[in-house]
Amino acid sequence: MNGAIDLSNKIGEIVEASTGRFTAQCYELHQPPPFGSLVKTRCGHIEIYAVVSGAATASIEAGRRPVARGREEEVEEDIFSANPQLDKLLRTDFDGLVVGHRDGDKLNHYLPPQPAKIHSFVFLCEPDEVAAFNQSLDYLSILIYAEHQADELIAASLRHAATTREDSRDFLVGAGKELASFLADDTSRLNTILRRIRQ
Amino acid sequence: MTQQRRLGIVVSGSLTTGVEVRLDGSVSVEDIAVGRYVTIAGGKQRFFGMITDVALEASDPRIVTSPPDVSDPFIVEVISGTSTYGRLHVLPALTIGSDAHGILEGPQPVKTVPVHFSAVHEASEQDVAQVFGQVEEKQFYIGTPLDMETKVRLNPAELVKRSNGVFGKSGTGKTFLARLLLIGIIQENAAVNLVFDMHSEYGWKGSSEDNREVKGLKQLFQSKVAVFAIDEESTRRRKVSTDFVVQIGYDEIEPEDIAMLRETLGLTEAAVGTPYKLARKLGKGWLERFLAIESGDKLNELAVEMGEHEATVAAMHRRLDALKRLPFLTPHAQRNAIQGIMEYLERGVNVVLDFGRYGDNTAAYILVANLLTRRIHAKYRERMEQAIGEDTAKPRPLVITIEEAHKFLSHELAGQTIFGTIAREMRKYNVSLLVVDQRPSGIDEEVMSQLGTKITCLLDNERDIESVLTGTSGKNELKGVLARLDSKQQALIFGHAVPMPVVVRTREYGSPQSYKELGFRDAAELKKKAEETAKDLWG
Repeated sequence: MNGAIDLSNKIGEIVEASTGRFTAQCYELHQPPPFGSLVKTRCGHIEIYAVVSGAATASIEAGRRPVARGREEEVEEDIFSANPQLDKLLRTDFDGLVVGHRDGDKLNHYLPPQPAKIHSFVFLCEPDEVAAFNQSLDYLSILIYAEHQADELIAASLRHAATTREDSRDFLVGAGKELASFLADDTSRLNTILRRIRQ
Repeated sequence: MTQQRRLGIVVSGSLTTGVEVRLDGSVSVEDIAVGRYVTIAGGKQRFFGMITDVALEASDPRIVTSPPDVSDPFIVEVISGTSTYGRLHVLPALTIGSDAHGILEGPQPVKTVPVHFSAVHEASEQDVAQVFGQVEEKQFYIGTPLDMETKVRLNPAELVKRSNGVFGKSGTGKTFLARLLLIGIIQENAAVNLVFDMHSEYGWKGSSEDNREVKGLKQLFQSKVAVFAIDEESTRRRKVSTDFVVQIGYDEIEPEDIAMLRETLGLTEAAVGTPYKLARKLGKGWLERFLAIESGDKLNELAVEMGEHEATVAAMHRRLDALKRLPFLTPHAQRNAIQGIMEYLERGVNVVLDFGRYGDNTAAYILVANLLTRRIHAKYRERMEQAIGEDTAKPRPLVITIEEAHKFLSHELAGQTIFGTIAREMRKYNVSLLVVDQRPSGIDEEVMSQLGTKITCLLDNERDIESVLTGTSGKNELKGVLARLDSKQQALIFGHAVPMPVVVRTREYGSPQSYKELGFRDAAELKKKAEETAKDLWG
């Protein structure tokens, strides 16, 4: 399975990792994977899956904030062409919330035994891989307890998964029902999410 | 095991109160009706039960105060069956075997509940047939369960083993049901009947709610039914073929008969004792002699001799004088009605006592019904004791049908009247009652509890419902079912003759097709049959 990874989908590299989440730096400035999309990384023979739970672009040195440079420019792109060093001084990072892993042929929708390693490559998953991972929605329980913007994250992740399927409405209804059982005692939260995934 | 639609899963419950079933999201509560049957596939046994309540539930109570956006079909689809769901209350009544052993044993009363999350399905026609028995051709059935084709057999032979009751408020088809039961009993020869036909509906012709004329027992069974008329004039006018005109002699009336009329004649508690004293004082023919006294002085004399207050005796005289207005009461009857009835009953002929105009006269109805029944019961008792002593054939079981039963079986009277005795002694002497009434709460509790099978149409008075269901397991659950019956052609049957409570759509009665289904042929068909037989015989 390891050999099957398509290097063209390589989007970044892990710079911080724990069992439940990791942060990766994007190879391309301002081009993080979409919020809620599924990414993966390798850790030995295990593939770790994560949902992109946020992204940020900042100075490579903490404490050294970028300054405004566009007073004389007509369009924003011109700032970068006039200051080519900016690409090196800024970085885009994204966070992955670990939602499962593949061990051999077995797809598990729970946390892997080890966290990802620093400098591991991160790949964007192909649509059929997203569809395969979403055969089971057990990972939703991990998203529900995400620290930040959990509802937005769930909605984005389901919207993303739905685009990979032909029966997207049925998929979303099924996912909604799954959520309803997770959020049985919190219908206002359920409603918030449902309003964000309805088609 | 079954292809029937799955409704949901058992989530909680108890044997005494029934189990709670969470409906699947795909099943709408609107497709469910109380009174329908379900099967529950437990871990080891299959349960058969009835839906007794349907409820709407929500997983989060806050959904009630801030409902979701139901204008969006997506949200509706998601939350139905999850955040909001239907709940059924099911009363398991029987376990039905699915293996050979179980089928052989037949349905057994439940002694436990199905395990958690057992799947609940709608009962199939086969399940229902397994529970209520297959109806063979020519066998009597009372109707079909709600939304089903399977016929519910009510075995007349089993039915007449105990006293039974038909209840329901006016216009719900009590008389139709009672008539159907009588047809079943006569057809299967389970018993011989004596019907006190208060409103002339059983014997010759009856009328349905929409004023359609329907056939009475005599028209259907001809020589197997005899119509006894209390009111000859009325029967003649209605062109009823009468077999016997009933007359009752004053000498046949006993103080007990007067005691029965306490309420209708407006006698006080104390005054009830007076007829007994009069009978003791005046001897046989006491009533005739008492009524013959015309002057006040003589009455006073009598009162003094009896040690009664003069006013009491005078009041009694005034009240009993009302009996003189009943033309079927004569000083001496020419033909003994009791003898007449007994002769017919012994020959296996069913007797319908047509009250004609006197059906509306409660005093007449109570007096006659009580008087005749007491004597007939006494004769049956004699026969029965004789049969036991001499080891000969017992008399045919007798079913006595009374309408307005609360007038005979009220709490105050049940202890005194013969009907109370019959209801309580069960079929010791092969006599049982078919009680037809619209106010079961007026009937003595003890009598109600002795009724073997109760067939009840819609009742909406809380006390009536309560009294009908007294002593029935799952009473509270059945209450809801009973109060929601259709006002026509629907009845809840429970008790001795059925394995579990059943709501039936009663079979139709009154159309040519219905007579045919009941096994009666019309004249044209009979003629054709006779011609065919003749042709077969003579070529």
